Amino acid sequence: MTTSAGAQTQAAPAGGQPQEQAPQKMTIAKALNAGMRRAMEADPKVVLLGEDIGKLGGVFRITEGLQKDFGEDRVLDTPLAESGIMGTAVGLALRGYRPVVEIQFDGFVYPAFDQIVSQVAKMHYRSLGHLKLPMVIRIPYGGGIGAVEHHSESNEAYFAHTAGLRVVTAATAEDAYWMMQQAIASDDPVVFYEPKRRYHERGEILLGERAPYGLHDAVVRTQGTDVTLLAYGPMVKTAMIAAQAAETEGRSVEVIDLRSLSPLDVPTILQSVEKTGRAVVVHEAQTYLGMGSELAALIQQEAFYHLEAPVIRVGGYNIPYPPSRHEEVFLPDLDRILDAVDRSLAY
Amino acid sequence: MSDDVVAPVDTAAPATHEPPARDITDGGPDMVQFLDAEGHRVPVTEVNSPYAQYLEDVDGEMLRSLYRDLVLVRRVDAEGHALQRQGELGLWPSLLGQEAAQVGAGRAMRPQDYAFPGYREHGVAWCKGVDPVNLLGMFRGVNHGGWDSNENNFHLYTIVIGNQMLHATGYAMGVQKDGLVGTGDPDRDTAVMAFTGDGGTAQGDYNEALVFSAVAQSPVVFYVQNNHWAISEPNDRQFIIPPYQRARGFGIPGVRVDGNDVLASLAVTRAALDRARGGQGPTLIEAFTYRMGAHTTSDDPTKYRIAAEVDLWKKKDPIDRLRKHLVAEGLGDDEWFGAIDAEADDLAQRIRTACQQMPNPPHEEMFENVYVDEHPLVTRERDEFAAYQASFEED
Ligand SMILES: Cc1ncc(C[n+]2csc(CCOP(=O)(O)OP(=O)(O)O)c2C)c(N)n1
Ligand SMILES: [Mg+2]
Repeated sequence: MTTSAGAQTQAAPAGGQPQEQAPQKMTIAKALNAGMRRAMEADPKVVLLGEDIGKLGGVFRITEGLQKDFGEDRVLDTPLAESGIMGTAVGLALRGYRPVVEIQFDGFVYPAFDQIVSQVAKMHYRSLGHLKLPMVIRIPYGGGIGAVEHHSESNEAYFAHTAGLRVVTAATAEDAYWMMQQAIASDDPVVFYEPKRRYHERGEILLGERAPYGLHDAVVRTQGTDVTLLAYGPMVKTAMIAAQAAETEGRSVEVIDLRSLSPLDVPTILQSVEKTGRAVVVHEAQTYLGMGSELAALIQQEAFYHLEAPVIRVGGYNIPYPPSRHEEVFLPDLDRILDAVDRSLAY
Repeated sequence: MSDDVVAPVDTAAPATHEPPARDITDGGPDMVQFLDAEGHRVPVTEVNSPYAQYLEDVDGEMLRSLYRDLVLVRRVDAEGHALQRQGELGLWPSLLGQEAAQVGAGRAMRPQDYAFPGYREHGVAWCKGVDPVNLLGMFRGVNHGGWDSNENNFHLYTIVIGNQMLHATGYAMGVQKDGLVGTGDPDRDTAVMAFTGDGGTAQGDYNEALVFSAVAQSPVVFYVQNNHWAISEPNDRQFIIPPYQRARGFGIPGVRVDGNDVLASLAVTRAALDRARGGQGPTLIEAFTYRMGAHTTSDDPTKYRIAAEVDLWKKKDPIDRLRKHLVAEGLGDDEWFGAIDAEADDLAQRIRTACQQMPNPPHEEMFENVYVDEHPLVTRERDEFAAYQASFEED
């Protein structure tokens, strides 16, 4: 095992010592890679499993170079079988390893659904805490890339619905880098959603510093006073652009990046909604029983007397993910978000 | 069957920079072949003799029409690739190198036989009479398949690896229940074919399909195109015992055929379909072939495989060998080959024009067919969507 290639491209110091350094600019894709690399350097028990993650570096190149540097023992190109990948990851975790599993695309997690829901989520509970499954399930997710069927889904609600799983998603390069390490360090299983259409967005990271936020913190991305926009993953950028556009029309929109879908950072969400009195939830997933439903229920229950308007959901329509020529109107965009902001303000 | 083929497959898999340590184009002594890479008819051997009867009707005309199919199918594929490169399609999975495996299988099927393809079976679609233009819709993003499977007994492409193996098995169980096996009437007895790749053999659904079909003795033929790669993973990442040998463990006869030999692919598939239609149960065919191109237009194979490997397989080209054979037999001259190429040009032109003219579906259409019967939520959202869209037109 060598780490030399990593040392050239990243300045991540061993042991996480603070280092005064200029922030580095990198893409979300590279930041995920750097986060995994650093976790692998820090802990020899961290192993990666998935289809095409070795020589190819994954179809999105998120694991690029890791097999070369850490060896085939730690970066495994598995047979093509998601239930197999997930089930063997459970076994590896039971044996003391920290598997990081790559599901090639959102729509291919379903063969592993049984293992995730029946075993991964419940092992700690049913063993009365004797057994831990410190694994990370990475899922590139969401649409907007013009792909064929099964390559654009947002299935986070299935897993957020399942007790025993932590579910997070990174919207910035900085989060990608830090949240990946935090997820790997978690002793609970973490489903880690990666917004694939944002893989090539760049952001600044202080590689040597401590993580700026906890894994389950929500973060206010844009301050505002009139309406709270709750978004996560690929929709954070869209929501921030919407907030800017609203600003030019004299509306002050606060954008919260949820980052964690289970658990939710309830205090941060409520603090904002209590201030603005209005909330709009945005996600790519179909709205029916989606994250927006949970957030709407939470907000009406906990902040009822602060509300000036009902919580509005903006999401995918309740149809299967459509052929890609429809996706620009299927997915929430600037206009649909602004329309929802207007409707909220109209109350 | 020699020890050689029982030994782990491709353990001497190529290092990135060196040519393969052994000839990975060699399918071993069990592989059924009728036409070698030079276009010579292979003498009758113990291995191919059981299948020789299935080529008895193959005369000059038939050879020529097989050649024509191979050339046209390759052209359909090249056009799909070109259309993707020009931005008309979002993606194209090329069948380059697998034409004979697919045409052999497709031509063995009778109209009543049903095919369950993966996503690369453009050649089977062609033989089943599906207009190649129909295949483009899903890769252009205007539909998810969209053709009526029952028109040609060719199911929609299935992208989730392995799913269709079980569908084929169940469909075959239905055929069985309908009493359409073993009647002795060649126009009624029906079989089903399920297509997947070498990678697909690792998937749970694939293995369950073999179990179910063996237990039910259903009339299904599993057709594994072993093109040696599952995106970047070679055979030795998917299995130790090759698929045709593994079949026996499920209680299903397995046979490896030279997938670059259209005659062998035809004969072996005909035999398996006959067994199925006759009520003798499933068969697994492993077509030994090679993916000459990238996995899809999104893939870059230089990341994981060496050019030397591709060069070796070039010498086994399925079309070259049949062409050589036709020439040697005096069945094709330059004029005839030229005419086939001209027909391919016309076909390509027709596909290109149809693709370019394929309209974007009106967006309201995305709300259709979610359910058979009306669903209030979908109806409401469709109406809201229409009103929302109209609000822009008013502005
Ligand atoms: C369940 C599932 N997992 C992953 C994928 C992504 N994927 C598409 S094709 C492919 C490799 C398939 O290899 P093989 O079965 O050999 O067929 P080939 O593409 O070579 O024809 C993979 C991993 C998928 N489509 N479905
Ligand atoms: Mg393959």
